[in-house]
Amino acid sequence: MKKKLTTVAFRGTPEQEKQLLAVIEKHKGEKGCMMPIMQEAQDIYGYLPIEVQTIIARETGASLEEIYGIATFYSQFKLNPDGQYAISVCLGTACYVKGSGDVLDEISKQLNVPIGSTSPDGKFSVEATRCLGACGLAPVMTINGEVYGSLKKEDVKTILAKYN
Amino acid sequence: MKSLAELKKVQEKNRSAIILPEGGNEIRIVVGMATCGIAAGARPVFDALEAGIKENALGKQVSLIQTGCVGVCQYEPVIEIYQAGKERVTYVKMTAEKAAKVLEQHIMGGKVVEEYTITYAQNGGKAPADGKVHTSLTETDFCKTQLRQALRNCGLINPESIDEYIAMDGYKALGKALTEMTPDQVIETVLASGLRGRGGAGFPTGMKWKFASGNRGNVQKYVCCNADEGDPGAFMDRSVLEGDPHAVVEAMAIAGYAIGADQGYVYVRAEYPVAVKRLQIAIDQAKKYGLLGKNIFGTDFSFDLDIRLGAGAFVCGEETALMTSIEGKRGEPRPRPPFPAIKGLFASPTILNNVETYANIPQIILNGAEWFSSVGTEKSKGTKVFALGGKIKNTGLVEVPMGTTLRHIIEEIGGGIPNGKKFKAAQTGGPSGGCIPAHLIDTQIDYDNLIAIGSMMGSGGLIVMDEDTCMVDLARFFLDFTVDESCGKCTPCRVGTRRLLEILDKIISGNGEMEDLDRLEELATYIKSASLCGLGQTAPNPVLSTMRYFRDEYIAHIVDKKCPAGVCKKLIRYEIDPEKCIGCGMCAKNCPASTIVRTDYTAPGHKLASMKIEQANCVKCGACMTNCKFGAITKG
Repeated sequence: MKKKLTTVAFRGTPEQEKQLLAVIEKHKGEKGCMMPIMQEAQDIYGYLPIEVQTIIARETGASLEEIYGIATFYSQFKLNPDGQYAISVCLGTACYVKGSGDVLDEISKQLNVPIGSTSPDGKFSVEATRCLGACGLAPVMTINGEVYGSLKKEDVKTILAKYN
Repeated sequence: MKSLAELKKVQEKNRSAIILPEGGNEIRIVVGMATCGIAAGARPVFDALEAGIKENALGKQVSLIQTGCVGVCQYEPVIEIYQAGKERVTYVKMTAEKAAKVLEQHIMGGKVVEEYTITYAQNGGKAPADGKVHTSLTETDFCKTQLRQALRNCGLINPESIDEYIAMDGYKALGKALTEMTPDQVIETVLASGLRGRGGAGFPTGMKWKFASGNRGNVQKYVCCNADEGDPGAFMDRSVLEGDPHAVVEAMAIAGYAIGADQGYVYVRAEYPVAVKRLQIAIDQAKKYGLLGKNIFGTDFSFDLDIRLGAGAFVCGEETALMTSIEGKRGEPRPRPPFPAIKGLFASPTILNNVETYANIPQIILNGAEWFSSVGTEKSKGTKVFALGGKIKNTGLVEVPMGTTLRHIIEEIGGGIPNGKKFKAAQTGGPSGGCIPAHLIDTQIDYDNLIAIGSMMGSGGLIVMDEDTCMVDLARFFLDFTVDESCGKCTPCRVGTRRLLEILDKIISGNGEMEDLDRLEELATYIKSASLCGLGQTAPNPVLSTMRYFRDEYIAHIVDKKCPAGVCKKLIRYEIDPEKCIGCGMCAKNCPASTIVRTDYTAPGHKLASMKIEQANCVKCGACMTNCKFGAITKG
């Protein structure tokens, strides 16, 4: 699985950094401490942006390459934060032939968020998913789990307005 | 805990809470609260019972306990009621309202609410024909022939209470090993029991321990537990950790004593939060009781245990990759030799066993090697836990003696295939295993028999398939999984599995050629022999075994361009029978591709002209067939 680097600006607070440093302090010197540190760092920030990886590298003395290598190896480490509103558009066959591709493009255009990433303000993430199994409602998308069906390109504006 | 006598005191104090004393009026209610139970809604059931007990001031007589997996997945949430001198009562598919009624009628009124019992549930919600209501799960076909050894405490004790574990002989085996046996005697016992690794390959556990046992006390060694259960469809290890975590803790300490290690790690996948939580509680409790830590049972032996979380990489179930991951690196496998017993975690001698393997250890130490080896076949001793799933009536967790036939598991315990369909094959070993076709249903399941028919034991996933499963598609499903999970370190696995997948894709989309079968076979052989680790070495198994037993299906896809099971979308066609179609238009209304049109033919006796599918735009979603109330649409 390829992981995309984030386009969202880093918004770590001094508070979070303090927590992170405490975590590193706690595990430093333990054998095999890197995974627990990274897991707890992700708990603090919600993801592992390069800024956080840099702090970990600086404090542990490991190279950034090594940390980046670990972050990209395991599927649980996220380099990109989920948006406050996570939008998934179904690109299953039934939805696709009914024009879900256009709906997806329209969303991406209106929010100015490339597919598979998160808006710079962290509000929206846009992704394509496989068949959601709601072919009767095609085209379908979900926003934070809420299902929208029988979509048209023209509906996008109204729906997104609800979340703005 | 400084001595066995002290342990015995704790045991005696707590035993009566579980094995209720004769003549007493105590009632013990257990609620199945493993992940599956919680997901099915066990929490509100538990809360309702708790509130009811408090409200009616029943606390003195009634104890309410959360427990691990009872094993009957499709009936969750499950509660069971124990009372001395009475048959155990299993209530299934509970809700908060039903639980309140049970509390009122059964606990307070003394009358079993028969319609909520397992007997009714198994009989379609009605009273059984012979009028005999066996209220207990143990009396059902599902349980009668099971032999619960590894799972003996699951669904019985509170996994978050060390006292309950001790009450059921817990930590007695550790005490026995430390005070009455030498490390070599422990290893000899495990060796003599014939226990083989339950994680997949079936390597003799005692042998593994023996290899790592040299030079005790002079070198740092480690004991690891593999709880990175990644096979789709397998959940035995989760159930053990959620239902009886202390068994694993105790066994690992015994293993530490046997090889001379003072530190252990349990590698658990992070997707199992409940298991992680209960295991952590167990470790903390054991430390508090002095059953982990320094000078256990007043001896020189010290042992500590830590949890390491996985982070979503299937390959980390492979032993060397798991150890690299515990070391805090990318979880890539290493070449063997050197084997972990010589050079494992942090380059020290290490043993790694699976959760279920460990769950068997305390019993073996306590009851002896002969007790264990009296069950099973010649070369596979003891029992095996299977996660029974797929197209089968009773899904759930099943523990049977080695050598039980597949037919028995499917027909007796599993209750057969639902909807009158025919059994086609069973997949064991997940993405590393293979399928067992219908004509081999009488195979006695043990390590060697499964290898002989081209499958493997694996960790214990047992997925049943009926005639509606396409075997080519199944092989593709597993390949898709391995391609995704290949770590990328070695070329045969990284590139080879992808090429296999591409050929399978070609076949299921109707573009296959007969030569593709030879290509699949050739490629599979190379991948098996040249891959670095178990993931790659077993990845082609699903392809090879489906080709071995279901070659005709591959040929049907390639030559006739047909999918006999009607699964592969590119090869199926939906058609409307104009004679049966009444022209209601429901199909057209539900067609996402708007490709169903009205013809000008009206069948005799019908008022409206029939409908027709324009095949060119059909996306084969099946919505038309689902919505046709007149059975006029066929799939072929």
